[in-house]
Amino acid sequence: MPTSCEPAEVSGTPLPGVAGTGQPRRRSRRLTDKSAGALFLVSSLLSAVVLLGILLFLLHYGVRTFSEVPVTRFLFGTTWNPDAYGEPAFGLIPLLVGSFLTTLIALVIAVPLGIASAILISERLKGWVRITTKTLVELFAGFPSVVLGFFGLVVLAPFIAHLFHVPSGLNLLNAGVLLGFMSLPTIISVSDDALRVVPHSYREAAYALGATPWTTAFQIVLPAARSGILAAVMLGFGRAVGETMVVLMVAGNAAIIPHSLFDPIRTITSTIAIELGESAFGSAHYYSLFALGCVLFIIALGTNLVAESLIKRERRSFTL
Amino acid sequence: MTGHAPTPGRQLRRTRFASNYGFWLLGIPLALFIAFILLMFFYLFRNGLSVMSWRFLTQPPLNGMTEGGIWPCIVGTVLVTFVSLVFSVPIGVFSAIYLSEYASNNFLTRAIRSSIRSLAGIPSIVYGLFGVALFVSALKLGLSILASGLTLGLMNLPWIITTAEEAISAIPGSFREGALALGTTKWEAIRHNVLPYAFPGILTGILLAVARTMGETAPILFTGVTYYTRQLPTSLSSKFMALPYHLFTLATQHDQMMKVRPIAFGTAIVLLVLVLIFDALAFVFRLRSAGSNKWQV
Repeated sequence: MPTSCEPAEVSGTPLPGVAGTGQPRRRSRRLTDKSAGALFLVSSLLSAVVLLGILLFLLHYGVRTFSEVPVTRFLFGTTWNPDAYGEPAFGLIPLLVGSFLTTLIALVIAVPLGIASAILISERLKGWVRITTKTLVELFAGFPSVVLGFFGLVVLAPFIAHLFHVPSGLNLLNAGVLLGFMSLPTIISVSDDALRVVPHSYREAAYALGATPWTTAFQIVLPAARSGILAAVMLGFGRAVGETMVVLMVAGNAAIIPHSLFDPIRTITSTIAIELGESAFGSAHYYSLFALGCVLFIIALGTNLVAESLIKRERRSFTL
Repeated sequence: MTGHAPTPGRQLRRTRFASNYGFWLLGIPLALFIAFILLMFFYLFRNGLSVMSWRFLTQPPLNGMTEGGIWPCIVGTVLVTFVSLVFSVPIGVFSAIYLSEYASNNFLTRAIRSSIRSLAGIPSIVYGLFGVALFVSALKLGLSILASGLTLGLMNLPWIITTAEEAISAIPGSFREGALALGTTKWEAIRHNVLPYAFPGILTGILLAVARTMGETAPILFTGVTYYTRQLPTSLSSKFMALPYHLFTLATQHDQMMKVRPIAFGTAIVLLVLVLIFDALAFVFRLRSAGSNKWQV
């Protein structure tokens, strides 16, 4: 982008907002130009500051947990019961297991469905069908999670209880299925992008060798886009692991390590949501929730950075 | 051509079958997903329409929320979303202008871009924790619309930046060059020859952000939303009721859960309709900006 050095004087018809002659006018225009640039720079720096600020605040409160609870007891403890009289327990493991298991079920559902849908959307659909499908998928990405949780509570829970003859449908399976739906739009959109950056010459070369569109899609385009697809899976993982309201409403919220799909579980996110309101400000319990926030932050940031580098790697592989 | 083909081998027949019908099989999960969305809408609307009335929309909850309407929740949701936009729209658009017009490809720019993408991936409950720590405690805003609005604003900032940058970058360089050649400053060129044309795209992003912000619960949970308040918010420091939180409490916390279920359905569809209105507006503006791609060479 070329930068203009000197604001020029305009003779004849003035441009809107550019009128005026003489030294002071020129100086003020240059000043406006400079300060606009500075304002834009400061605004965009704010994002980096916010990211750093979130980390610092979480650490600031989170580390205070460890003045009462040893770090190892937090990271490797297998009981989460901060309210227990006498010996409160702050073990991360059951919550971490809860988060990962729900996310695992979500991905088992969403990854095959998401990739299949993305192949269809990117390789086969055209025109208004494509636009409509993509729009519906994108709109679902903004679907209020509390409404999906409510749907899980009133429809999916009784359905699961009835189908598998279990006492309650508020369990791991229910939360996993709904989280799968929540992460599906992310997986579809990012996979679709990954497939679309595969150059057309790849497909044309395959067609020229007599490959059918189906063979081309699965044996040429999909392998070429594998880093981008993996990034889609990572971002879907991040979406599912960070979701709060759905798991809060349908997972049953018992902080135990589950033995079956029908056991209730508690995730990191829902623990923060349940307990922040009821823990006393300044207590170890209160600070431990910020430590949980740190864990979530690190998982989310790590996932994002890996996904970002995978996307970059895919793009780089196509530039000659 | 196929008429002259010799009897194809099994391998070839299989390939041909996959090519002809395989993509339709891929369509099944997608169709099921879309059918699931539509069915869910149908189910919620069928159950919620019974309580829907003018009084439901305009009355406060009565009798321990077992009767009456959801007017304070609608007001609260609209207000808190508005506050979030007052914060995030200017900063988001300014950042987008910087990234697409000023930033050169150096370490600083890459760090900013990476931060924005990372922010978009931070779980909403973590924004809630940050809001409690910064706005409620450190800045002493207390539990208020302002604290909640700012927390939501931080959360939707990366969405607004990303879509606005896309819209601004889509304007061809010749637009700026034309203005610069006439002697304008860089800012004047952006102000008159770029932003007006990028406006529909920027607006699309803002509308989508509005839709998503209205449905968020986790960031407001501890920063100002309340179970029940008798009066409408009077200032930025009031606590407020909000649609998503109201739905959550009616569905899981209320002591007469089954009795308030119809009201919960009603709240869900009011929230959905509000979200859909903004999604639909965004869609209209996107179509319009896609239709005006006439300057693409």
